Amino acid sequence: MLEVINLKSRVGDTEILRGLSLSVNAGEVHAIMGPNGSGKSTLAQVIAGNDDYVVTGGEVIYKGNNLLDLKPEERAREGIFLGFQYPVEIPGVNNAYLLKAAVNAKRKHQGLGEVDAFEFLKLAREKMAVLGMDPKFLNRGVNEGFSGGEKKRNEILQMAMLEPSLAILDETDSGLDIDALKAVAEGVNKLRHPDRAIVLVTHYQRMLDYVEPDFVHVLSEGKIVRSGDKTLALELEEKGYEWVREAANG
Amino acid sequence: MTSENIESLVNRRYEHGFVTDIATESLPPGLDEGVVRAISARKNEPEFMLEWRLQAYRQWLEMREPKWAHVHYPPIDFNSISYYAAPISDDDRPKSLDEVDPKLLETYEKLGIPLHERAKLAGVAVDAVFDSVSVATTFKEKLFEVGVIFCSFSEAVREHSDLVQKYLGSVVPRRDNFYAALNSAVFSDGSFVYIPKGVRCPMELSTYFRINAANTGQFERTLIIADEGSHVSYLEGCTAPMRDENQLHAAVVELIALEGAEIKYSTVQNWYPGDENGVGGIYNFVTKRGDCRGDNSKISWTQVETGSAITWKYPSCILRGDNSVGEFYSVAVVNNMQQADTGTKMIHIGANTRSTIVSKGISAGRAQNVYRGLVKVMPQAHGARNHTQCDSLLIGKECGAHTFPYMEIKNPSAKIEHEATTSKISADQLFYCRQRGISEEDAVNLIVNGFCREVFKELPMEFAVEAQALLNVSLEGAVG
Repeated sequence: MLEVINLKSRVGDTEILRGLSLSVNAGEVHAIMGPNGSGKSTLAQVIAGNDDYVVTGGEVIYKGNNLLDLKPEERAREGIFLGFQYPVEIPGVNNAYLLKAAVNAKRKHQGLGEVDAFEFLKLAREKMAVLGMDPKFLNRGVNEGFSGGEKKRNEILQMAMLEPSLAILDETDSGLDIDALKAVAEGVNKLRHPDRAIVLVTHYQRMLDYVEPDFVHVLSEGKIVRSGDKTLALELEEKGYEWVREAANG
Repeated sequence: MTSENIESLVNRRYEHGFVTDIATESLPPGLDEGVVRAISARKNEPEFMLEWRLQAYRQWLEMREPKWAHVHYPPIDFNSISYYAAPISDDDRPKSLDEVDPKLLETYEKLGIPLHERAKLAGVAVDAVFDSVSVATTFKEKLFEVGVIFCSFSEAVREHSDLVQKYLGSVVPRRDNFYAALNSAVFSDGSFVYIPKGVRCPMELSTYFRINAANTGQFERTLIIADEGSHVSYLEGCTAPMRDENQLHAAVVELIALEGAEIKYSTVQNWYPGDENGVGGIYNFVTKRGDCRGDNSKISWTQVETGSAITWKYPSCILRGDNSVGEFYSVAVVNNMQQADTGTKMIHIGANTRSTIVSKGISAGRAQNVYRGLVKVMPQAHGARNHTQCDSLLIGKECGAHTFPYMEIKNPSAKIEHEATTSKISADQLFYCRQRGISEEDAVNLIVNGFCREVFKELPMEFAVEAQALLNVSLEGAVG
């Protein structure tokens, strides 16, 4: 589904990704771990198409096409979803309104009819019940005055509604208490599907206690320095990131 | 006034509709007493009206153009303006929509203006076919049943001179300001509304008349009187961009709410703003004021301002009656080279008077947007309360937003709150929306409409939908 080949990227004058390669197939869950500043979030933003991140080399192939040619909204409509580390507040814009616009933008792209308000609400309420969210969320401003946990749950709700082919969740576990973490993890697990790939970007092992990855990659200084199965995450937790850095340099 | 009288008047009004069809010649440019007399004569006005105009003209001569607004424009030569223009003859108009600028038609399309209204708006020479007999008849009957008077100002001057004489200039005196004085001397036409005691006007006034009302000229005069315990909602303006040959517009609107009465006045203003460099746009210098004359009365202004090169406008409320309520909800959008200096005045005189101000200013391009508001509490206004919320949204780097709140509080029991914010549409917000599959343009619209929600919800439903579409069109190309 996704082939990242020798990807290089910078923000401003700082080179962050320095030849990163990664292959993700449908049905797989990948965890990308690494110390702060190793390029985890940059990878997520580049795949989503944020133009603050300049691609200076390499390729990204998604469903057989060159992803880097597409605008962010085109990538989204093609099934790429990014769960943001810091979801932005949009005051006054109704949460349901944004979500409905997003769902319909995608449906239109797929040649399907738009869902009407009634269908939409029915669907949204179902998904919210699963995530343990209060339906009142729909009527609040997008992320306006939400707690950290509420923002992350809202991201998962959006993901559930948009049913992406490739979901990248950027530090979705950060800043969550244990109940919120469990709820979010459960939401992610419900979306595991043979047609869908999920990439979890995380700093800590604890999310992986609830969402079991098929592959774990360790990122350091803009490259993947180790890949393995879920035991790699445990080993990393035990030995710390210093161990990876040494391994990378040695 | 007997009901038979009203019946005959209401009936007669529709014989000609709202469109003035006098085919007289325009007066040559320039202004003197002769011109004022000529205007009055052509309208067959009674003597009192001519006297009133002449006094206004003499007062105007002694006044100076105001310079305090945060707007810039070349000096206006008041002697180069023609103060009485005959309606454009059909020969000079486009013969069909095929002859109209395709850009204009495209805008109508985007705004969802019904087909039958487009020709009229574009100035095509058509009979008033769209104003179907059935619509007119239905409304005529409904208004007649309850005794509401709704007619052109010229007609009111002739047919309801008692009411006009009693109330005209009682809210905005002739010498209130330079442009009000000018308007008082040379006003062309406008609307007159009288709602009798205890009557709730059965429909939004002007919804079905706004196209016809478009031809009221550059010096429009509106007078609305809500008698005791009555209620009326009046809609002014039109979301469609209107063609106009006159650059200077100076309207006066007076509202009077007697005891327990309520007036809701909604405006959508979309005059030609000029091209990208601001050339050719309308100067809109308006005086709008409501007088809550009776106890427990209420006046509510809602405005969506997207047009004009320059807007200078402060719909205000004089809260004279005890427990009276004034409201001002405003969205002002400026793009390219537009300038807006707009806001409100809330004058608290009666006890326990309350006012609410919600102003949303949006600036894009190189435009300048000013909120200027006065909250004044007089010594006798015990327990007065005001809440002001004033938010500015900037799109791009070259525009400006300015806030000038004035407060004069002379009663220690008053409670006054003022909140102000300035924000920008951030790249993060846009990227967030785009990552959810929403195009950049739609994302801007989404964010702007969210910003204006508090005001839009005050508009009558049908108007609110149009206003949203209008905002989207006004900000086209503002980003990216």
